[in-house]
Amino acid sequence: MADREMNDAAPAQLALASTAGAAVDSDVPSRRRFSLPLRRAPRRRRFSLLTRRDKLVLALMVGIPLAFDLVFIWLPCFATMGLSFTDWKGYGAINFVGLEEYEKVWSYPFFEPALIHNAIWLAWLACIATPLGILVAVILDGNLRGSRVYQTIFYLPVVLSLAVIGLIWQLLYAPDVGNGFINSFLDALGQMPISLPLPDMSHTDWLGDGNINLFACLVAASWRHVGYICILYLAGLKSVDPQLREAAAIDGATSRQTFFRVVFPVMRPINVIIVVITAIEALRAFDIVYIVNRGRNGLELLSALVTNNALSEANRVGFGSAIAVVLLLISIIPIVTFLVWQAREDLE
Amino acid sequence: MTRTPRKAARAAETAVPHRRRRHRHVGTYAFIILMAILWIFPLIWTIYASLRTNQDTTLHGYFSLPSGLTLDNYIDAWNGAEIPRAYLNTLVITIPSVIVALLVSSMVAFALTRFKWRFNIPLLMIFVAGNLLPQQVFIIPLSKMFLWSGFFVPAPLSDTGLLFNQLFGIILINVIFQMGFCIFVLSNYMKTLPKELVEAAQVDGAGVFRIWAGVIMPLCRPALAAMATLEFTFIYNDFFWALFLMKDGDRRPITSFLQNLNGMYYSDYSLLAAGAFLAVIPTLIVFFLLQRYFVSGLTLGSVKG
Repeated sequence: MADREMNDAAPAQLALASTAGAAVDSDVPSRRRFSLPLRRAPRRRRFSLLTRRDKLVLALMVGIPLAFDLVFIWLPCFATMGLSFTDWKGYGAINFVGLEEYEKVWSYPFFEPALIHNAIWLAWLACIATPLGILVAVILDGNLRGSRVYQTIFYLPVVLSLAVIGLIWQLLYAPDVGNGFINSFLDALGQMPISLPLPDMSHTDWLGDGNINLFACLVAASWRHVGYICILYLAGLKSVDPQLREAAAIDGATSRQTFFRVVFPVMRPINVIIVVITAIEALRAFDIVYIVNRGRNGLELLSALVTNNALSEANRVGFGSAIAVVLLLISIIPIVTFLVWQAREDLE
Repeated sequence: MTRTPRKAARAAETAVPHRRRRHRHVGTYAFIILMAILWIFPLIWTIYASLRTNQDTTLHGYFSLPSGLTLDNYIDAWNGAEIPRAYLNTLVITIPSVIVALLVSSMVAFALTRFKWRFNIPLLMIFVAGNLLPQQVFIIPLSKMFLWSGFFVPAPLSDTGLLFNQLFGIILINVIFQMGFCIFVLSNYMKTLPKELVEAAQVDGAGVFRIWAGVIMPLCRPALAAMATLEFTFIYNDFFWALFLMKDGDRRPITSFLQNLNGMYYSDYSLLAAGAFLAVIPTLIVFFLLQRYFVSGLTLGSVKG
């Protein structure tokens, strides 16, 4: 326990030592410890070290990128809110129409399906893909032979673009037996001498049938998501203090108990990030659906409704903006959760 | 709570009964091997489909053993779909975007983490939140802004004076959008560097720019390498910006260009597979060569909005 305490205290000591103002050799931890009492005094000196020119340079270093960020991200973001109260068609006069476009959105036949599809997307990622990624990470964290090979395999889809993932899965889902792998495989299963008590699904149009194509896309999305979660979680698991597990083992905990009672709780920072990522990914879902059929016929998502209405021949800018505002309002929940949590970490 | 050496020794002796562990391992191995096969399969299938000959697949379909494999589909995709130009566009977009995004982000991260200022955290949040927003939330006005002649862009960067339909415009928005993530990760990394480094340099009379260039950047080399790898794949893979901020197919980077491929070769799966695989080769190469950096890039910040 003694050396653990020292580890925990190290960053704090580092920060405290730094206020001493002098260059402390970072290889000598003992010296850092002696600088503890100097905590407050030199705080102000750092400001005096900055010349006027330094301050100008710092202001430019932050100011220019900030200006671009505000102009190209936040200004359009607020402009979307503004446009949602107009019936603008992308050209000509901009008329303020109050909440009219929101009323239209509410009665838009694809709005409710899109909301439901986004909710299903979130539920699928949260209940299936993310836990699967965590499970794979936990397994790979054990002393498995060939762990490196498995890691590479699971991480591979993470480097692929979602657009390409859409294309690759189109090959697998191709509806005609003989071309699409999945239907050919199902067909081959059906022709086995021992007939399986399964309905013949070999003629399913996986991406064309509006009742199932959302799930077909979710499988494709999970292909990447599982690897992504696995990378993050495995890194988290590797950073867990091994002594915690040893202590749990001494106390007679099974490996399941060790994970759920000891490891999972200390992984809180990673858990928060994974929850936030899962929520944001669900709201951002777009590329796969767009590649498959531009987000129609069972694949309506809020993101696709925005572009299909506002950035297509329809040019319904006001209407599309109103949908974008709905998307924004929902996205604020995970984003603010993350930022508040992050700020708290920063202050600690 | 206190761990004595004696207890630690006992831990080593009793550390999880080995026999039970091995039993469980059979199931675990079966599960992970099955998962791994499922996970690698889509890519294998794509490669396999891309190597089939036309006669072969029209006769036997794709779900069959090959009578011969060929690279013809790659040659056809390469020639027919103008993939070389799409690659070139991607290169022209990706390389400057990654470099500028990292330079700018490291400056911001340096300024916001190494000097105490009241607005550091709010500013950091503005940048990070911008990267977490779904792009659809601001793409509508953004696309109109790109068409607005108020942002006059001089000749070598734009042939129309606008940002719309220009490689420069795509670079610009990539840099700005990725900045949030880079700043987040780099500032987390810089927080771990000893503060006295900056102060010592200040005492020696170095200006902040020199401290950034001479002290901080060299120390951030591992983080920068990881971020460069990661950002390369992010920007390379980006599909969205070019789709809505460009109109000419021949200017689009390869990922957005695949949309054309999808329409062109709708029925020729071999060509589609070859095109798709061509598009992923660069990221696969980066992944296999720099997997360590890629992974540490993702886990440094542990978040990608």
